[in-house]
Amino acid sequence: MIKFDNVTITYPDMHAPVLERVTLELPEGELVLVVGRTGSGKSTLLSAINGLVPHFTGGTLTGSVTVDGRDTSVNPPRELADLVGVVMQDPMSGFVTETVEDELAYGMECLGLAPDVMRRRVEETLDLLGLAELRGRALRTLSGGQRQRVAIGAVLTSHPKVLVLDEPTSALDPGAAEEVLAALQRLVHDLGITVVMAEHRLERVVQYADRIVVVPGGGAPVIAGAPNDIMVQAPIAPPVVQLGRLAGWSPLPLSVRDARRAAGPLRDLLLGSAAPVRSAVVLGQLLAEVSDLTITYGTHVALEHVNLQVHRGEVITLMGRNGAGKSTLMSSLVGLRSPLGGRVQIQGRDPARLPAGQLLKSVGLVPQDPADLLEAATVAEECRAGDKDAHAEAGTTRALLALLAPEINDSTHPRDLSEGQRLVLALAIVLAARPPLLLLDEPTRGLDYPTKTRLVAILADLAAAGHAVVLATHDVELAAEVATRVVVLADGQIVADGSTAHVLSASPMFAPQVAKVLAPQQWLTVAEVAIALHEQAG
Amino acid sequence: MISWVGGADAPRRWLHPLAWWAWAGGLAIAASRTTNPLLLALIVCCCTLVVHARRSDAPWSASFALFVRLGMFVLVIRVLGQVAFGANIGVTPFIWLPSAHLPSWLAGVRLGGPVTAESVLFAVYAGLQLATILICIGAANSLASPSRLLKVVPAALYQVGVAVVVALTFAPQLAVDVDRVRTTRRLRGRATTGVRAFAGAVVPVLEGSLERSVTLAAAMDSRGYGRRGQRTRAQQMRSGVGLLIGIAAICVGLYAFVSAGAPALLGLPLLFGGCAVALISMWSAARSSIRSTYRRDRWGWSETATACSGLIAAAGMSGAAWLQDPNLHTSVDPIAWPTLPLNLCLCVVVSVAPAVLTPRPPRSMPEPPIRAVATRELIAR
Repeated sequence: MIKFDNVTITYPDMHAPVLERVTLELPEGELVLVVGRTGSGKSTLLSAINGLVPHFTGGTLTGSVTVDGRDTSVNPPRELADLVGVVMQDPMSGFVTETVEDELAYGMECLGLAPDVMRRRVEETLDLLGLAELRGRALRTLSGGQRQRVAIGAVLTSHPKVLVLDEPTSALDPGAAEEVLAALQRLVHDLGITVVMAEHRLERVVQYADRIVVVPGGGAPVIAGAPNDIMVQAPIAPPVVQLGRLAGWSPLPLSVRDARRAAGPLRDLLLGSAAPVRSAVVLGQLLAEVSDLTITYGTHVALEHVNLQVHRGEVITLMGRNGAGKSTLMSSLVGLRSPLGGRVQIQGRDPARLPAGQLLKSVGLVPQDPADLLEAATVAEECRAGDKDAHAEAGTTRALLALLAPEINDSTHPRDLSEGQRLVLALAIVLAARPPLLLLDEPTRGLDYPTKTRLVAILADLAAAGHAVVLATHDVELAAEVATRVVVLADGQIVADGSTAHVLSASPMFAPQVAKVLAPQQWLTVAEVAIALHEQAG
Repeated sequence: MISWVGGADAPRRWLHPLAWWAWAGGLAIAASRTTNPLLLALIVCCCTLVVHARRSDAPWSASFALFVRLGMFVLVIRVLGQVAFGANIGVTPFIWLPSAHLPSWLAGVRLGGPVTAESVLFAVYAGLQLATILICIGAANSLASPSRLLKVVPAALYQVGVAVVVALTFAPQLAVDVDRVRTTRRLRGRATTGVRAFAGAVVPVLEGSLERSVTLAAAMDSRGYGRRGQRTRAQQMRSGVGLLIGIAAICVGLYAFVSAGAPALLGLPLLFGGCAVALISMWSAARSSIRSTYRRDRWGWSETATACSGLIAAAGMSGAAWLQDPNLHTSVDPIAWPTLPLNLCLCVVVSVAPAVLTPRPPRSMPEPPIRAVATRELIAR
């Protein structure tokens, strides 16, 4: 269906090609997963399938890319619209119309289909993706998972043979991600559509893939193969695969279900050792206190009678659906939302009344999109501005950055950094003022495994040094790695608040893979299991 | 009991956007025929009433308030301009401004000096007329969905239409961006007010909107926007140029027809010729365009009633103007009280009919259940 023949892609302002001599053949009706580090050229590979590279982005493409026999070099994206459907990373930014129904019809209008055909296909697609209830809704009122499904539906109505998706679940909570993945699987199984998607969250998608394409970046060759073969030696792997490698299971399990079947002996082996109880061993001084907090937007209640205490040395993970109130709680902790009832106090003072300069010294927030915090033209300038804002000694921010990410170059423009590097830069700027309380809103969106590992280490160090960290995330694996306490929000209320092991393993939605495989024992991470096995052996 | 189309429980649907524009256009024409402040105020009241009864909860619907403010601004500017430089009418002194002595080559221009009450009143009436016309346009803007209007524009104008609609949807996003940038400035411990804060916010906001437009363009391209189909580039050019020539001819013809100085013989042929050229090129563009339209809005009797109510106002006022009804223009020299004759009043009041004769617009999302806690606490405050 899709054929890359000796493809090399070079962007005009770069000396080395992004992709070099890629030869690939993806057959019809497969779900293909494209993995690789951020900045390795995954997105470029995806965009080459419908001709956005090079027709829209510029650059040169040598070799040839053909889709269903049509060469992308002579067909610009608009002429391939009936063959390839593309769903962008942020579906909202690609919406053209206002309502669900109009959005589904837009692509067909461009293709010039007859009105009765359009009407029929819209109805079919509404049913196929479970969108019938939402047909008249305005797109801006939809939740993240609903938006993603509408974006998929909007390209499906043109009956493409290939569907290309760039990180379709990275911004979604576990439930919404399941929804989207189930819809995609249905398309592959029932309609025979070829789906090509890039995704960092391997633990969510790897079990559905028929084929994995690894884009290592840095000039190394692109490899494609069956998931089992690739996962045996892949440097990046979801926890269930790591556990399988540790226990020496063969064939390597890719899903929790397969792993559970193989895990009997391992569970017996681990019976003797107790799972480590993870919570801040000594609770430090009380840093922040939220008492009886209620916040509303118009008639919408964002938070309702919320109580929360944060002590030094704690790493608290806030979890819950999109729109459960996580971000609102974060912004009220830095005084950006005024409460309808209750109060917020940071070290005994109301953050909303603190002057901006002092706020910085008591609480720091890394926003959902770290790029929001960055505005200078180079990393060095950004660091200097950070020192000035924090009234810190010159060079403080730069030194922190060197500690967190030594590879970042001084002269790079912040927009040219990878997602993970931008996060680290924002983190360095926030930490320059040494705030005792550090807040991170969705830090792992678009982060690959190596960067995530580094983030986990950084946060653990900060907690050990007496900071308190609160992070909102959908990433259960990250929560399992780093949190000492988990707070679950639903519909603006706190529904669970307790130790990580207790809260995570009790919830079917938020349980990490290792916990699911080894239930009812309360193990959370592969590292914990490895240590226990090592102790037994030693 | 007969079910009533405008009732609270009647089925909701969008009214045809052209009906709203016809209605608002009629009111704007009516406003352009009079400087009587009472009649103008009546027109503004009618617009406001209908907008409040029938606008949706979409972001573009909030544009009415913006147009009202713009109208007020125009009125103030008009009056200030008159006070500062305008030629005086009448003799009643109003205020005495310090005057500047202008060089002889600017002899015709007044700067400061005595200002008469008559001239100020004249400026108020003229400014009010302009503001009323702006408010009529604002009403159409907040009642008719721009994306639905796009569906009824001819194929040749589609490209321009898309640009306008995209710009309209970006405007509310801009406000969100400004808010976000202010937030992050606070997070970095910087001032959020003042000139420097404003300057610091401009670049990120512009960068953000530029990035968004590029993403949107890529998305539209991948979904088939601008597919040429069977059409050659030359054909595309021909119909575009033809349309432009046609519209230009219509404008010149209209001007010649309306203005007293130009020969009427020039006006009519240009007007008709321009219409013909524009129609032919639109037709040729539509014939070769491959675009189709999903679920076009239907024209029902509510649409007819809406359009008629606006056109009745226009026809009534234009008729009165043709008959040289003295009530249309309130005398400023000598200053006289404006009158409100019943016949003209009725012409205008007919235009509130859409407030009851049209179906309500659909909601963008189902009504949220109002929770006890919020209501209780809102009441407590």
